[in-house]
Amino acid sequence: MSQIAFLGAIEVGLLFALVALGVYLSFRILQFPDLTVDGSFPLGAAVCASMIVTGSDPYIASIAAALAGACAGIVTAWLNVRLKILHLLASILTMIALYSINLRIMGRPNVALLGETTVFSPLENFGTPTYIVLPIALAVLVFVLKLALDWFLNSEIGLAMRATGVNPRMARAQGINTNRYIIGGMALSNALVALAGALFAQSQGAADVTLGVGVIVVGLAAVIGGEAIMNTAAVWRATFACIIGSIVYRLAVAGALNADMLGLKAQDLNLITAVLVTLAMVLPGVRMPFRKKGRGQ
Amino acid sequence: MIEAKQIAVTFNAGTPMETPAMRGIDLLIPEGDFVTVIGSNGAGKSTFLNALAGELRPDSGSILIDNQDVTAWPTAKRAGLVARVFQDPLGGSCANLTIEENMALANARGKRRGFGASVGSTLRKEFRERISRLNLGLENRLGDRMELLSGGQRQAVSLLMASMQPMKILLLDEHTAALDPKTAAQVLELTRELVGERGLTTMMVTHSMRQALDIGNRTVMLHEGRVVLDVAGDERKGLKVEDLLHMFEKVRGEEIDDDALLLG
Repeated sequence: MSQIAFLGAIEVGLLFALVALGVYLSFRILQFPDLTVDGSFPLGAAVCASMIVTGSDPYIASIAAALAGACAGIVTAWLNVRLKILHLLASILTMIALYSINLRIMGRPNVALLGETTVFSPLENFGTPTYIVLPIALAVLVFVLKLALDWFLNSEIGLAMRATGVNPRMARAQGINTNRYIIGGMALSNALVALAGALFAQSQGAADVTLGVGVIVVGLAAVIGGEAIMNTAAVWRATFACIIGSIVYRLAVAGALNADMLGLKAQDLNLITAVLVTLAMVLPGVRMPFRKKGRGQ
Repeated sequence: MIEAKQIAVTFNAGTPMETPAMRGIDLLIPEGDFVTVIGSNGAGKSTFLNALAGELRPDSGSILIDNQDVTAWPTAKRAGLVARVFQDPLGGSCANLTIEENMALANARGKRRGFGASVGSTLRKEFRERISRLNLGLENRLGDRMELLSGGQRQAVSLLMASMQPMKILLLDEHTAALDPKTAAQVLELTRELVGERGLTTMMVTHSMRQALDIGNRTVMLHEGRVVLDVAGDERKGLKVEDLLHMFEKVRGEEIDDDALLLG
């Protein structure tokens, strides 16, 4: 693997670490299997790219993307807690709806950002090549967001959110309005995912309506992979594992694609992902909450 | 003061599975009363408790706490007035949160939650002091996950958690039923201490007639969704388990063949 390919994998790994943190919030903290992600990731890209090409400030466009993602999360949560639609199905409905919405937002299947000012534009003036500066800048951003998430999850409100996922009946008995916490948590989760989509579009130079395909599985791969290689007992460890998991996943994929003897091509990516996630789930000694028997049994 | 007025609940109403769980329960619990509730399976004990807690909204009737009608309040809104210990030792706490995090959750019961740290050093010191009174050696294990504790330890901690904030009524839902006899006795003793010391208004559902007479100052028996017996004071003091059985048969005019009522 060349240095550029290696740093490229780190860069994408860091971007998808935000997706992993979002997926960790929904799947692990709220125990809400959420496929909205496949729609909210391109939603973030679409909102951000459309705003940038119409002359908006890229920072404001990125924040708007995160807010749009939060709205998507709220819709899914609302379908679940108010209309009592099964969580998985509720998220699929939002995901499908978002495909049309994303096309509407962009007005066409993709929006190019070549030559536009993005949040990464200032990095070009450093003198060092962007493929080195960009991963460093992303690493700083991801760690700041990770620390903010740690702080949040250890606050009174964050603890209530964790209780909502672990034992909703007990949570209600402690005065926790579980519906409200599910809505808030899903908003936060999808805001992170949409922000990742916005940053991804800006770093790749385009937003595309098909960007979202398989994002949820990549996020899961990072969360489960992280848990397979690290102790995730405390919250700060679990969030750290998401980031490491995401980077390791990208390196593994890049490695597999670069190994000529395997004969794998870029189109095999989703197959490799599915195989990697399956392996991570069946490895002995791994916490396996997604297997039939349930957590730690 | 807790007042239940003509509470009725029917499960699966309008279907062939229709089951009336409560058929108009009236009960007045003055402040400081410790009521034990007995009854065979399906008598409506748990349904009544769930209705008081807010987990279940009655089809008709009303629930008043200190003259305020709370019938329409969901559990979370009622939590400032009602504390609860569940039957399942796993049910009353969050297994994969630490002991101190569980205590922090209970410490915020009925209060507004903010963005401040859930467990600060002041709070941790207070928790350590409180938990040391259980004499279970848990004071140095505050950082351990709840799932590492035994069933008895969990119920003891759950009781402690329930008593951390003021309440109008403490609901104990067969909280010793899942424990071995020795541990059950210890948890019951702890219940007696906590309730006595703070003068808590308490309602304890139990499967054991002996337990129902040994603890508290009043015993209520439910059968088929109705109150069939309500004894307190001197009348209750002289009662033995056998008397209770006789009274039950007399009231119902039928034989009891439920072993669960006789045992324990």
